[in-house]
Amino acid sequence: MKKFFSIFLTLFLPLSFTNVSKAAGHMEAEVIHWWTSGGEQAAISQFAEAWQEMGNTWIDTAITGGDNARGTTVNRIIGGNPPTAAQFNISKQFVDLVEQGLLQSLEEVASAEGWRDFIYPPELIETCEFEGEFYCVPVNIHSWQWMWINNDVYKQVGLPVPQTFEEFLAGAPKIQEAGIIPLALGGQTWQESGMFGVVSSSILGFPHMQKIFRDKDVDTLRDGRFADVLNTYRELNAFTDEGSPGRLWNDTTAMVIEGKAAMQVMGDWARGEFAVAGKEAMVDYSCIIPGKEKYVALGGDVFVFPKNDDPKVKDVQLAMASMMVNPTVQAKFNNAKGSLPMRLDVDTSAADACMQMGLDLIQNPDAIMRESDDWNTPAFTNAWDDIISEFRNDPNYTVAQVMDDLEGVLTSGL
Amino acid sequence: MSKFRNIASIIALLPMIIISLTVFIGCIIYSFIYSLTNSKLIPVTNFVGFDQYQRLFKQRKWDVAVENIFIYGFVFTIGCLIIGFLLAVLIDQKIRGESLFRTIFLYPYAMSFVVTGLVWKWVLNPTFGLENSMHMWGFGWFELDWLVNRDLAIYAVCIAAVWQGAGFVMVLMLAGLRGIDEDIWKSLSIEGVAKWKSYLFVILPMLRPMVVTAIVLIAAGVVKVYDLILALTSGGPGYATTTPAMYVMENFFQRANLGQAFAASIIMFISVVCILAPWAFYEFYLRNKNAAN
Repeated sequence: MKKFFSIFLTLFLPLSFTNVSKAAGHMEAEVIHWWTSGGEQAAISQFAEAWQEMGNTWIDTAITGGDNARGTTVNRIIGGNPPTAAQFNISKQFVDLVEQGLLQSLEEVASAEGWRDFIYPPELIETCEFEGEFYCVPVNIHSWQWMWINNDVYKQVGLPVPQTFEEFLAGAPKIQEAGIIPLALGGQTWQESGMFGVVSSSILGFPHMQKIFRDKDVDTLRDGRFADVLNTYRELNAFTDEGSPGRLWNDTTAMVIEGKAAMQVMGDWARGEFAVAGKEAMVDYSCIIPGKEKYVALGGDVFVFPKNDDPKVKDVQLAMASMMVNPTVQAKFNNAKGSLPMRLDVDTSAADACMQMGLDLIQNPDAIMRESDDWNTPAFTNAWDDIISEFRNDPNYTVAQVMDDLEGVLTSGL
Repeated sequence: MSKFRNIASIIALLPMIIISLTVFIGCIIYSFIYSLTNSKLIPVTNFVGFDQYQRLFKQRKWDVAVENIFIYGFVFTIGCLIIGFLLAVLIDQKIRGESLFRTIFLYPYAMSFVVTGLVWKWVLNPTFGLENSMHMWGFGWFELDWLVNRDLAIYAVCIAAVWQGAGFVMVLMLAGLRGIDEDIWKSLSIEGVAKWKSYLFVILPMLRPMVVTAIVLIAAGVVKVYDLILALTSGGPGYATTTPAMYVMENFFQRANLGQAFAASIIMFISVVCILAPWAFYEFYLRNKNAAN
């Protein structure tokens, strides 16, 4: 009976999903990803459901932590048992795999469906394209460039909600006097360096950042403005609490939600925490893109499709890639994930005030900011982040020393 | 006859010998070869000489890691031995409810390092741990910020590790103490030797095999300490509590920097050999030879 039912599903369900092409035959796909929290699970299951509606089987291999998941993927590729699809970030993380010819080219479906015409912003194409062929599918855009602010705290002390880090610093002592932690920051390297990235880009602007991280221009690093950033960062850190080291990002967000802290700098995934707590955007909390020039950072996720000895797998992979960029699937997925879609023709009517802000901003090409890991290897960005984290935690590590060490990383050729 | 027994045992051990040779020695050679390449995400044979080693020794983080492993190794080993021995001696006083105490003291050892790490993370956390409780009970002067103080964080790790390891040493020592002949105690009391003196100068030297076993087991744990620190501090604050093993793992999995990870692991291996070789030579070769003579 069970078998009959599954045959029934296989035969008839594809018909109900006419938007997605290539629904021929039953296909089985194993997908490695690291989306394990509540909101993330809801998002990936949108992909899984769409895939199953096409009459296929989705084998979910969720692995906690991006590092672990990527490590598993690489191990399995090298071990000769690759998954059908695997998650990476919009970055240089998977370049080695492409260069070693371990990934399936998606060019066939990309040119047939005209991916180059609808993927937006076009920087995403650059991430996925190697020698004129597509090797990854961008699925969403996540931006780090946000300050999350508890409005009640600012009402309580009688200050307006700050729009820049300077304004925040000006009001911070007053918040501290009221017995509230001005800045909630989780003391893990990625959170520390993530906030540093937001501080530096909001002060320096994207062109300046690009000169440093893409062109590795030492003179730009040395022109004095970067030292200002370091000083601002140190000033900000004076307003964190001593419980910071090792604290998880969502525990830190909870401090802002509960009004124990006034502000957190965190990516747009923090919005999910506010939503789960029943808080309303711009009423209970503010989401601010700090700085005079406002940017959307181009972070996010891609899926790659490792080559497989079995030639049939290629069709499965192309079908899945096509499914992931489908506008209907994109709308469902990104609404669940709280991220921005990778194309503009997607229904985003469910977006809240914060997400709408991001959607408006991303339409302006000048407001799109690429991040260091878009140009640099993980070895480079991690060496850089180590220095930032150490700068935050070691008061004896002077700005001059940090500048020397940062220059060392910049010129290391990592 | 004894020769035959030896052959039989060698045959029985053969699979183990082959596995150790191929897996351990083979992997060491493999690691060394790839430590000379600039492998990033996957191993490639693009040789760059000793660049990875040069880079390694320039890392501030590696220096911190090496310093930490020495602090941790020293404090953890000594701490476990002293506390373990003291506990064993106390339990050896024919106390009531001995098995209960033995269970209590050994219990931490049954936990994984991850659990130990998390428990101590909460105890030592200044905002909701012991410090906070003491403040709420009215002891406002109480301060316990080791975990978030970059100079003391590594000692906080040591506390957690000793808490877990001491019970194990206690059991080893207790077994040794129970093996001491009653006659020795009788003669010691006839001579009128003070109890603490008997323990320190007569019994302890007799426990030498136990002490050696304990040190070997503890030392093996020192070199590979990883999960405890990951759970307790994740190497923080900053990278103040990072260790060589963490450095290797990080470069392997997070940083897609295989060449660097291989180089660091080879250096770890060489240092362990350098420390263990003279001692092993003495313990297992010279002593046997002396005994045979």
